[in-house]
Amino acid sequence: MSFEPVIGLEVHAQLLTRSKLFCACSAEFGAPPNSHTCPVCMAFPGVLPVTNRQAVEFAIRAGLATASRIAPTSRWARKNYFYPDLPKAYQISMYEAPICIGGAVRFVLDGEEKRVRLTRIHLEEDAGKNIHDAHADASLVDLNRAGVPLVEIVSEPDIRSPAEAAAYLRELRSILQYLEVCDGNMEEGSFRCDANISVRPVGSTTLGTRAEVKNMNSFRAVERALEHEIARQIELVSGGGQVVQETRLWDAEREQTRSMRSKEFAHDYRYFPEPDLPPLVVGEDWVEDVRRRLPELPAPRRARFEHDLGLPAYDAEVLTARRDVADYYEAALARHRNPKAISNWVMESVLRIVREQKLDERLRITAWPVAPENLAALVALIDEGTISGKIAKTVFEDMVASGKPPAAIVAERGLVQVTDRAAIDGAVERVLAAHPDKVAAYREGKDKLFGFFVGQVMKATDGKANPKQVNELLQKRLRE
Amino acid sequence: MKIDLTSLTLASAADRLRRREISAAELTEACLERIAETEPKLHAFLTVNVDEARRQAAAADERLRHGEPASTLDGIPLALKDVFVTRGVRTTAASRILEGFVPPYDGTAVARLRRAGAVFVGKTNCDEFAMGSSTENSAFGPSHNPWDLERVPGGSSGGSAVAVAASQCLGALGTDTGGSIRLPASFCGIVGLKPTYGRVSRYGIVAYASSLDQVGPFAHDVRDAAILLEAIAGHDPMDSTSAPTPVPRYQSALGGDIGRIRLGVPREYFQEGMQPDVDSCVREAIAALESLGATVETISLPHAAYAIATYYLIATAEASSNLARYDGIRYGRRATSAKSLIDTYRRSREEGFGTEVKRRIMLGTYALSAGYYEAYYGKAQKVRTLIRRDFEQAFERCDLLVAPTAPTTAFRLGEKLGDPLTMYLSDVLTISVNLAGLPGVSIPCGVDANGLPIGLQLIGRPFGEETLLRVAYAYEQSTDWHGRRPGPIPVGEGPAAREAAR
Repeated sequence: MSFEPVIGLEVHAQLLTRSKLFCACSAEFGAPPNSHTCPVCMAFPGVLPVTNRQAVEFAIRAGLATASRIAPTSRWARKNYFYPDLPKAYQISMYEAPICIGGAVRFVLDGEEKRVRLTRIHLEEDAGKNIHDAHADASLVDLNRAGVPLVEIVSEPDIRSPAEAAAYLRELRSILQYLEVCDGNMEEGSFRCDANISVRPVGSTTLGTRAEVKNMNSFRAVERALEHEIARQIELVSGGGQVVQETRLWDAEREQTRSMRSKEFAHDYRYFPEPDLPPLVVGEDWVEDVRRRLPELPAPRRARFEHDLGLPAYDAEVLTARRDVADYYEAALARHRNPKAISNWVMESVLRIVREQKLDERLRITAWPVAPENLAALVALIDEGTISGKIAKTVFEDMVASGKPPAAIVAERGLVQVTDRAAIDGAVERVLAAHPDKVAAYREGKDKLFGFFVGQVMKATDGKANPKQVNELLQKRLRE
Repeated sequence: MKIDLTSLTLASAADRLRRREISAAELTEACLERIAETEPKLHAFLTVNVDEARRQAAAADERLRHGEPASTLDGIPLALKDVFVTRGVRTTAASRILEGFVPPYDGTAVARLRRAGAVFVGKTNCDEFAMGSSTENSAFGPSHNPWDLERVPGGSSGGSAVAVAASQCLGALGTDTGGSIRLPASFCGIVGLKPTYGRVSRYGIVAYASSLDQVGPFAHDVRDAAILLEAIAGHDPMDSTSAPTPVPRYQSALGGDIGRIRLGVPREYFQEGMQPDVDSCVREAIAALESLGATVETISLPHAAYAIATYYLIATAEASSNLARYDGIRYGRRATSAKSLIDTYRRSREEGFGTEVKRRIMLGTYALSAGYYEAYYGKAQKVRTLIRRDFEQAFERCDLLVAPTAPTTAFRLGEKLGDPLTMYLSDVLTISVNLAGLPGVSIPCGVDANGLPIGLQLIGRPFGEETLLRVAYAYEQSTDWHGRRPGPIPVGEGPAAREAAR
């Protein structure tokens, strides 16, 4: 019997608000422990929460971008449990009445259009962090993160493979980054994912018992953990066993999932409506205002790059994965309309430097290795025949180092391509004269030597000879 | 002749301060002296703030000297129930678990009074976390009723009521979740006002039951209560459940004609088991109001019988969650013997909470648990809606409801301590008002055969405090039950001192 996996994902995305969800403390990552705290997020006696409007707007943005319905009235709820990183001993979340209902994420996997439906998106506050290894006989608590806003995005069990799960997550992260509501950093934990997985015989329409897998800190970890968990469940079920409803932790080092708590020990969170906050009312005007200000999202932009600019699917995908890269590409394209050439330069040269210099670690790349207008000018110089593609590589490195526009570099360094036919022909003649044995060998059929002659001519012209003319003149002379 | 400054009403003291006939320092010293003298018998305070009170009084005198008082309350000595969070001043909610807790901030009502120039003489005793009707659930020993030291002052804001009744200060703040201002006001013979839910910010009061808690004043008369309410009422951006409704000049509402007022007398609030003198005094008071021109009609609140049960599900559910933060980790008392995290939680809470608090946490936890939620908490919310609807229907025909505040006068210390359900019934006439979020006031309307005060309760429409105060004031003006002070408290060793020594 063959089995298929059924996967649903829960994503927790930290929102890029300046302050926390229910107090005015900074929500910024990386400050000294407990420096971003106040009586409210430390849960001192008597404090009350006040909702951050920006966080609500970010949730609306996420909802609209995934075709969710924005609830006119949603309700905060308390999720009660004891843990030192949760100062109130309850998390303010949404339970029965989330802010966004339904919706879907569409993406392409191996050329195939996929659609994963969403159950809901709701707002909630993050917990703090317990630090266990800083002190010999105590754990320390850092409450900087306590109260930072999150959206939890819950998918329907529509996912059928680990690769599909990863593609869904990439698309979702890309959408949130386009919306500028989440920086999507999985290592820092601002984009976290838990998975619910079950298996069932192919053709069956009922769901098997699911396990929840946590602690997957990269796309690769998600794929590996899911592959592992699916294999584990299939082996279990094939051997006549049963999957136990439980929470399992992914151990990336040992490449295995292990049981964290079973259903019997599951918390009773005793959810109830948060009496300190009135129902959250989102008016139609607000929703429409947010909708009007939505940016173009990755999927339509990808389609536009493919169909309107004629880019290959791969190029469109790479260029639109990040909004800032796509913006950069379009800024360059606006100065010089050669979509494919600019695409090549962005993908091969600009993004290489971006990765090397780790400029892409933040949500927005603010300092580009070269300005988009300079990249456009460089491609224009090639297309006009002023410099060769090979010389352009040197010019590009110089642009990165000096920040100068390409024309200035070409002029300073005398890199203008030699297109003087007589000069190139002279160089060709000299090269052939210097290697009579190779010329003879070529003429006897050793075609491969042609490249050698090209190289010698380019060397003789300091690489500035127009390669097309070099080819042409060499062929002519060698035929003589 | 030297007058006893502590016998002044807040309004008359404020007049004298402005006219500089007396100084804030004199007034404050008189109160501090009175406190020192009577505390061994009364135990109204958990913390007396001698130094801060003197500093505040001096600052007030400075402003008054320059003819620039911060408000009517500038230089007026007040007391705060120990659930009000006060910057730099110990705040315990009468619980061991907050023993020694000194808050880093002021709550909104406190901050408003501070800005108004009030002098805080101290923090008053109450039932632990405001859970109780007698102040006997305080972890630091009960307060004593100044009319009879062997009797309770009512609760939970008993200390504040005692402090005002016994002239230890000129006014006080309490909180009312199920009757915790009105009941002690009734038992101690003073005015206690519970405003509409949302009228006064809850920011900075130690939460008991968030959807029911409300801050309000204790005072010698209705005018003083109006002055205090005006100072603390109003929208607060720190409390999302506080109402944006503008704050009227409550003092201006006093003195108007009550000829067009339609009073409703809830049939269900005059039931068997009521102390006969309470019944007769309240009926006399209703007759007095009628003679002032008000019309009186008997009405029905059909779901009144379910109020206590509803309250003890909703209040305890919210309390179980609100009190979960007291884990011994960040502030307050931590069990020192604990060996692990769970052990720290268990022992800190075991040692830190009293019996009644534990009882309510357990009740509330149960009411919210999977499998019971719908039957208990869910059902209670539905009944709460029905109770609210009862009042809405009553207010279609009436402007104000009138009833006793409590079925009895002050009971003896220890009398109901062993029987929580009997104790809970002390609030049977006040609790619905909290469930419906309405304003209510208790004003003195007589004494029983033992000379113990009886309270008349008036219940208004949401944000109908002006009407409430106007009618209360008219009644007060036509009778002389207000402003009566208990006889001299014997100096020296009292029951409170004996208990403290134990």
